Amino acid sequence: MTPGGTSGAPGVVVVTGVGRYLGAHVAARLAADPRIERVIGVDPTTPGPEVTDLLDRVERIRLDLGSLGGLLADLDVDAVVHLALVSAPDPQHGGRAAMKDQNVIGTMQLLAACQRAPRLRKLVVRSSTAAYGASFRDPAVFTEETEPREVPRGGFGRDILDIEGYVRGFRRRRPDVTATVLRFAPFIGSTADTTLTRYFSQPVVPTVFGRDPRLQFVHFDDALEVLHRSIAEDHPGTYNVAGPGVLSLSQAIRRAGRVAMPVLEPGLSGAAAVARNLGFGRYGLDQVDLFVHGRVVDTSRLEREYGFTPRSTAAAFEDFIRAHHGGVVVSRDNLAAAEQLVLESIRQVRTAVRERSS
Amino acid sequence: MTTEGPDSGADGRYDVPLSVAGPDAEPVRRNGHRRRTAAAAKPAVDPAAQDEPDTAAADEPDTAAADEPVATPTAGDLPALPDGAAVADRPGDHWDRKVASGLAFLRRRLSGDYEVDEFGFDPDLTGSVFHPLLRMLYRDWFRTEVSGLENVPTDGAGLVVGNHSGTVALDALILSTALHDQHPEHRYLRLLGADLVFRMPVVSEIARKTGGTVACNPDAERLLGNGELVGVFPEGFKGVGKLYSDRYKLQRFGRGGFVSAALRTGTPIVPVAIVGGEEIYPMLADVKPLARLLKLPYFPVTPTFPWLGPLGMVPLPSKWLIEFCPPIPTAHLTDSADDPLVVFNLADQVRETIQHTLHKLLERRPDPFGP
Repeated sequence: MTPGGTSGAPGVVVVTGVGRYLGAHVAARLAADPRIERVIGVDPTTPGPEVTDLLDRVERIRLDLGSLGGLLADLDVDAVVHLALVSAPDPQHGGRAAMKDQNVIGTMQLLAACQRAPRLRKLVVRSSTAAYGASFRDPAVFTEETEPREVPRGGFGRDILDIEGYVRGFRRRRPDVTATVLRFAPFIGSTADTTLTRYFSQPVVPTVFGRDPRLQFVHFDDALEVLHRSIAEDHPGTYNVAGPGVLSLSQAIRRAGRVAMPVLEPGLSGAAAVARNLGFGRYGLDQVDLFVHGRVVDTSRLEREYGFTPRSTAAAFEDFIRAHHGGVVVSRDNLAAAEQLVLESIRQVRTAVRERSS
Repeated sequence: MTTEGPDSGADGRYDVPLSVAGPDAEPVRRNGHRRRTAAAAKPAVDPAAQDEPDTAAADEPDTAAADEPVATPTAGDLPALPDGAAVADRPGDHWDRKVASGLAFLRRRLSGDYEVDEFGFDPDLTGSVFHPLLRMLYRDWFRTEVSGLENVPTDGAGLVVGNHSGTVALDALILSTALHDQHPEHRYLRLLGADLVFRMPVVSEIARKTGGTVACNPDAERLLGNGELVGVFPEGFKGVGKLYSDRYKLQRFGRGGFVSAALRTGTPIVPVAIVGGEEIYPMLADVKPLARLLKLPYFPVTPTFPWLGPLGMVPLPSKWLIEFCPPIPTAHLTDSADDPLVVFNLADQVRETIQHTLHKLLERRPDPFGP
């Protein structure tokens, strides 16, 4: 049994990364749960205006992850939710170096603090399906046991591998703590603002020539639900979190009514590298690899253990399209109308020809 | 028929088909020539459309639109009218359906309104585009004869293991089209391909959309676990890239990974022998330095490639025979999936069955380019 005595919902929860969209929503949701006494949000920066009104029931502490150790011991924290990951370098905040600092060093410091917290009995870490890397010899569908065949080229993928390695070490040293690692597919939804949602919001969408990757998304609300259940219930282990089903990139672009612009792969990789060196652009090699190889995961373990099935990838994407119909170039109705028009005109020409000939 | 006599006689070029058209309609079907004669006969012989509505469909629109204004003044007026009305209606509706379904397909594609499975298989595209194209190749160009289809399970999983040949792995595509066409349940064959296929842009996506995936045990077992029919060629590049002098000699079967996949899922193994693939691009030499330079497993020299350039890519029209052999059950061996002895023995059994059937089929086909 856990040292806290009771299983199930913990009393005091620390959420990292509350200054960002995901962290703020998770903290607000946990704070609204009556089973949880205290929710403490930790972030090195003050949260932006778009999330502050979410956080009125959350105790906020401006704190670096390095000085978390004292806090965890002083406040008798039962559970830690680690969400402070950066998925793409932000040129305004130090670029790739700061991103690696936050992801890898931040996680190391957090885990070191958790290791010394005597009352801690639950740890939930946000990871990503980027943990599977990208290789041409990859199986089509990744299960949680699949080992990456090649170290990813992208920074985020490499960070994720490092982070999961540290969590494995933590599990060995603190077997009494229920550690949950959630490998999320890219988030999508009506309100989420991520690299991919910005990508699909453009009217003309660059793709890799000759590649039509299989993509999976997880709806933002379902991701929240899974994170909430990970804290309120006990689910040790590693889980893929994605919407069942698959959309190919071309299909997704067409469903969104956008226009695809194929670019040769070396050109795209080069452009991504140049853009990164010049300090702008959010598309890195992570995105290029995703758009060459695609990424599909098996979610049966999540469905079995959590008793929860996220809405399908297609449904999640549909929700995103409804909220972002502004940049639509060709809509489904346009196409249906065009189909009717062409069909009718062919019929008219044919009857005209037939009448003239008879 | 007789009414068109003056019309076609005036043109002159319809003389030959007209003299044989009526009685000959069925027998000509055997060869690839049928389409051309049918098409040539059609503009002149409108009532013929009633006999063969399916073949008429493809050619009807242009000819109807182009020919009719010209044809009406010259043709015999009285008999043509009732005929014309009847004909214009029936094939017209057929054509109308074709246009409508073609447009609906186009709309579905453009709006992304179709389903793709987790391996990237796109049944809509495969059924509407790839299979019709391959069907022409397998039926009219290679005159493929398929036997032993009763050995392919009608439902549930099955592992189809075949011999590989032909410099370009066309045999896999022909096998899957033949199976889908001829099998009573029209089953799709999910092919397992080398990772080289999935390295190449465009090719990789065609492979995925037609139901293929990388040849690795997790994928094979997942497909078999889903009850799919999986096609595998254990010889790999050793089989495709062998010289013409080694034709129909089965190469080594690798580590027998396909057997362990079948054992782990308890799936029956259906050996299949394919004759005809070796002659489509007879490989006379393998330019190894060039292959290394291009990072290919081999660089073929055939009688036509690379001498004739793109024309050398046209496969020679060999006669194909495909025979499915009785399935080898594996359900009782599920526990020995990791036992190398069992795996190698089964792989050998499959290999010998295929080799034996190949010899049997070759006796049935004395002339590789026969009818």
